[in-house]
This record gives sequence, structure tokens and C-alpha cells, in this order.
Amino acid sequence: MKTAYIETVLAIASKDLRVELRSRELLSMTAIFALLSILVFSFALELDRTAREEAVSGVLWVTLIFASLLGLNRSLAQEYDQGNLDALLLAPVSRSAIFVGKLAGNALFTGLVGFLLLPLMTALYGMNMLDGRLILTTLTGIFGFCAIGTLLATMTVQTRAREALLPIAMLPIALPFLLTAVRATKGILTGASEWQVWFQLLLGITVIYLVLCLLLYKYVVEE
Amino acid sequence: MTGERAIIEVEQLSKVFGVLPALQRLDFSVARGEFVLLLGANGSGKSTLLRLLSGLSKPSAGTVRIGGWELPREAMELRAQIGLVAHRPLLYENLTARENLAFFGRLYGIERTECETRSRDLLRQVGLLRRADTLVRSFSRGMKQRLSIARAVLHQPDLLLLDEPYSGLDQRAAESLDALLATAWQEGRTIILSTHQLERLPQTAGRALILSRGRVAYDGAVEEDEMIPIYQAASA
Repeated sequence: MKTAYIETVLAIASKDLRVELRSRELLSMTAIFALLSILVFSFALELDRTAREEAVSGVLWVTLIFASLLGLNRSLAQEYDQGNLDALLLAPVSRSAIFVGKLAGNALFTGLVGFLLLPLMTALYGMNMLDGRLILTTLTGIFGFCAIGTLLATMTVQTRAREALLPIAMLPIALPFLLTAVRATKGILTGASEWQVWFQLLLGITVIYLVLCLLLYKYVVEE
Repeated sequence: MTGERAIIEVEQLSKVFGVLPALQRLDFSVARGEFVLLLGANGSGKSTLLRLLSGLSKPSAGTVRIGGWELPREAMELRAQIGLVAHRPLLYENLTARENLAFFGRLYGIERTECETRSRDLLRQVGLLRRADTLVRSFSRGMKQRLSIARAVLHQPDLLLLDEPYSGLDQRAAESLDALLATAWQEGRTIILSTHQLERLPQTAGRALILSRGRVAYDGAVEEDEMIPIYQAASA
């Protein structure tokens, strides 16, 4: 039997999915941005093959992070602008369940963008980006980044300069994700065995950030 | 009106935004089943008070008890007993009317078939049954307001808080809201309705609280002759 907690998470995530399937605002915006970024990087690095191979993991993660920033802002603005965050807070549900529901939706959309990018980058950069380990690393990094992003976007969406404030608040905090995810990705692409160490670090950081977000969300949403 | 029959007990309640006092040491109680009008000019503190009573906002000082539970400390226990119609409709524009109600029904733990039955009845009552499968983004302000009321009463709360529910409603919609509120009140629900429109007061309301600059300027029966001079003085 489903508990009230899981029911809340599923209700919020499926609502986000339904809203997105209707409006196609969030996914189309982030996917187009990500695809254009990959193309721009591809042209910029075309002349230097070595530099391109060196940079590919950085290109993937910088693109994913900026694309998800766009999506996170949009996702939380949708709740805030119509006052729906209040409607969620009025319901007799755990605040952390609201957080996990929003996180599930955000991670799903960013994950879809990641799945679009990997085959495209394989074609454009001539490297195998469809490795199972790389997909696992990408999904872990996206999940962790979306966790901290959902928390921070909930804070910044209540401000007037939310589009500018979210990256400013988020990028320094997301630096550990970026560093470990880029290192793990690079290790996988070059066949270096230390990718596992970086992946474990990424997993550890994701768990720590997720726990912190679960604990802090209540204080962020309640006045 | 204190003691066992009181559903709301407010003591020395204050709310300050920065240095601006929105509410100043309010004391009042509301008996279970009462229909109270909350009157006052814009900026008098009506919305702030309703947010505090709904648990969405925390008091700067004083206490709020609803059904014996203290807010905001014990808010989780009583959220299912409160329904709020706020300034904004609190609806998802890219969901249909029916889907909005189904979503909030899930959050309030209403069993699916029961939620469908209640949704259908409520949509009929607010005159939206024929538009049940239309996206809310295509609704007029009045239609959104009516759906917002259906959302607020879907979980059959003991306490219904309405913040300016008549704004944006035409005469027919306002009359159907009156009927809906009368039914809710006859079912034993406690209702607090804020408005600044003295010309549009629901007949079923038995008590009025007039707020002026965050203080109670009048607390008594709905007697227009008595209330209007106080209201006008408070709004000046």
C-alpha cells in the first residue's frame, strides 16, 4: 500500500509531467538551449581535435548545468506565480514530500535533456558517450544538481531578480558536482581507472546534498 | 465565545513586516459554525490575518489556536481542516478544472472515486460542470474564482477562509457563491470571509469584524447602520 508520502511525491511529479506535456515550455526551452550550446562548442573547438577531446566532459557538464538552471527557474516560477506553492503548503503533506515531488519532475526533465545530448555528442565529437558508466554518472550528477537546484530555486523564485540570482547562488554550491562529474566523465572517456573514485565522490556529495535539502526545505518554504 | 465551542482563539496577535506593523495585538475568538465577515479597507490587515489563520504565515507575537491546535507549531495536524480561497486562484493553468480538483484531492488523501464524486458535485454547484475538461488557462477571472472555491471546499474543511471572494465575479456568479457559502454554513462549517465591498455582504453572515490599521475597530452583529460609520471612519 502506498504511503501518504509516496502518494504526495507521485501526485506532484505526475502533475508536473502532465503540465509539461501540455505546455512543452520547460523541456523544449532547455533542450534547444542544450543542443545549441553543444553545436556552438563543437564549432568553436573544431580546429583543435586534442583540445576538443580534452574539453568534451566539461562541455557536457557546463551545458547540462546551464540548461537545468533554465528549467529549474521555470519549474518553480510556475508554482510561485499562480500562488500554487501556497496551495501545496496548505495541504496536510510533509514539506519534504513536496520537495521530493518537485525534484523528481526537475530531474526527469533534465535527465531527458541529458539523454538527448549524449548521442548528439557522440556524433559531433566522435567519442563514445553512450557508455553505461557514463549514463550512470550523468544521471547521478543531474539528480544531485537538481536537488540543490530545487532548494535554491524555491528561494530565489520569490525575488524579483530570480533569473540572475539562481545562477549566482547555485554555481558556487554546485562546484563540487561539476568537478567530480567532469573528472568521472573524463576518466570514463579516456579509460582511466580513477573514474570510480570520482564517481564515488560524486555519489557521496549527492547523498549529502540531498539530505541537507530534505532537512532545509521546510525552512525555505515556510515564512 | 471562548472555551470548547471556539474553533479560533486569537490572543495578542501581532504581525510586523520589517518595521511596518500589519496587525497589532488582536484578541478575538470565533465559535464553531459562525459566519464572520472580515471588513476593512485595502491594507487594513485582512489578508495578513487570513494567512496567519491558515498557517501560511507565522505571527510576530501572540498566539493563534484553531480547534485547540496552536499555529504554526501544530499546523500539520489541522491543515486538513482548513480551506482557503486566496487573492490568487491557487490553480494550475495547464490542467483542466477536473484535473486540478483530482490533484488537490490526492494531496488531501481523498479516495479516488470519492474525489470524482465530490468534484462533479462541486463543479455543478459552481456552474462549471460543462467546462470540467477545459484547461483553466482559458477560464475568465470569475470562472477561476469559482473553481478556486470548489478546490477550497473539496476536502470538506471545518474552517473556510475566503479572501475577497467576490472580486471578479459577476452578479450571477456572486449569487451562486452566496448559495454555496450558505450550504457550507448550514453544514456546520465555520466561515471567515474578507471583503471591502459593503454593498455585497452575504445574508447568512451573523458577525462582523472591522479591521483598521491592523486593529479591531468593530466586533459585533452585522448591523449596517452601526457598521457603516465605523467602516467609513476606519477607511478614512
